[in-house]
Amino acid sequence: MIPEPRLVEVRKNVLKQNDMIARALRERFRESGLLAVSLVSSPGSGKTAFLEKTLTLLQPRHRVAALVGDLATENDAARLARSHAPVKQIITGTVCHLEAAMVQNALNGWDLNNLDFLFIENVGNLVCPSSYDLGEDLRFVLLAVTEGEDKPLKYPTIFNSADVAIITKSDLADAVEFDEAAARRNIQSVRPGMKVSKLSSKTGEGMMEFLDYLEMNRRNCRAASAVSK
Amino acid sequence: MHELSIAMSIVEVACEEAESRGALGVDVVHLRLGPLSGVVKEALLFSYEVACHQTLLEGSTLLIEEISILVNCPSCQQPRAVQSVQSLCCAECGTPTPEILEGRELMVTALELR
Repeated sequence: MIPEPRLVEVRKNVLKQNDMIARALRERFRESGLLAVSLVSSPGSGKTAFLEKTLTLLQPRHRVAALVGDLATENDAARLARSHAPVKQIITGTVCHLEAAMVQNALNGWDLNNLDFLFIENVGNLVCPSSYDLGEDLRFVLLAVTEGEDKPLKYPTIFNSADVAIITKSDLADAVEFDEAAARRNIQSVRPGMKVSKLSSKTGEGMMEFLDYLEMNRRNCRAASAVSK
Repeated sequence: MHELSIAMSIVEVACEEAESRGALGVDVVHLRLGPLSGVVKEALLFSYEVACHQTLLEGSTLLIEEISILVNCPSCQQPRAVQSVQSLCCAECGTPTPEILEGRELMVTALELR
């Protein structure tokens, strides 16, 4: 006898496994009092250069570390190691984005209590990383002046999933006739109220203001963590 | 293109549910998909069949309900539709707002079991 088909209500998030791990990570970060920041952008927007500069500048006053996702190479980790911060490469193979479990595995053996900032550089991709929560406190989306002002309109989902937009390579803005007002308008259109910073990792323009912003957020999360203890 | 791994997660969630209810198989999976989920319907449907291979879901149909973005409009003080995914402004009064109520969904809402 073939049983009658039956309709059952389920209501389960497809990425519940990832979300559970991300929640656990976020809790660990909070308990450790560190600020976890992830970086997303298209390939070549300057994530690694930004991170190298940030790690180097934060290093004298803070304990910093980074995880970097890449499809195939360890080149980014080698570059970032020049900052003398602990860096681990996550090679994703054919996977085009980081998932929370990859972050969790990469953190094995690291004592998070010894860290003030953890940076997570996602695979260069403006589509796939938007679906996956990594447990980060803040997600930065980078947009280089060389990319075109309409990137936010073409990839609204990733801009919407991020907390801060960083316009990078500001030293090249004049050369490529970057229309900053249009870029800012497009960012605000897909994510009203989003904080936008403009900087150059090469010349250091805008970096100090940005570090102040990072440190302010770290103090806030440390204060929140102290209250909950 | 991460729709194959999304499809595999759908199969995982559906199999787990179907097994816990003692089902012999799954005929239909109902999925709610928001425009801000980061998942493309066509690519997902393309990957789904492959992901179902040799599971309880073999031969099943994926029924996708595409929902719209819903925001809380600070001016109207009501849930409202937006102008578009590129322009998160209240469709009624034009006020920009980042307060998203619906639109990120990627959820298995129901199963038709055998």
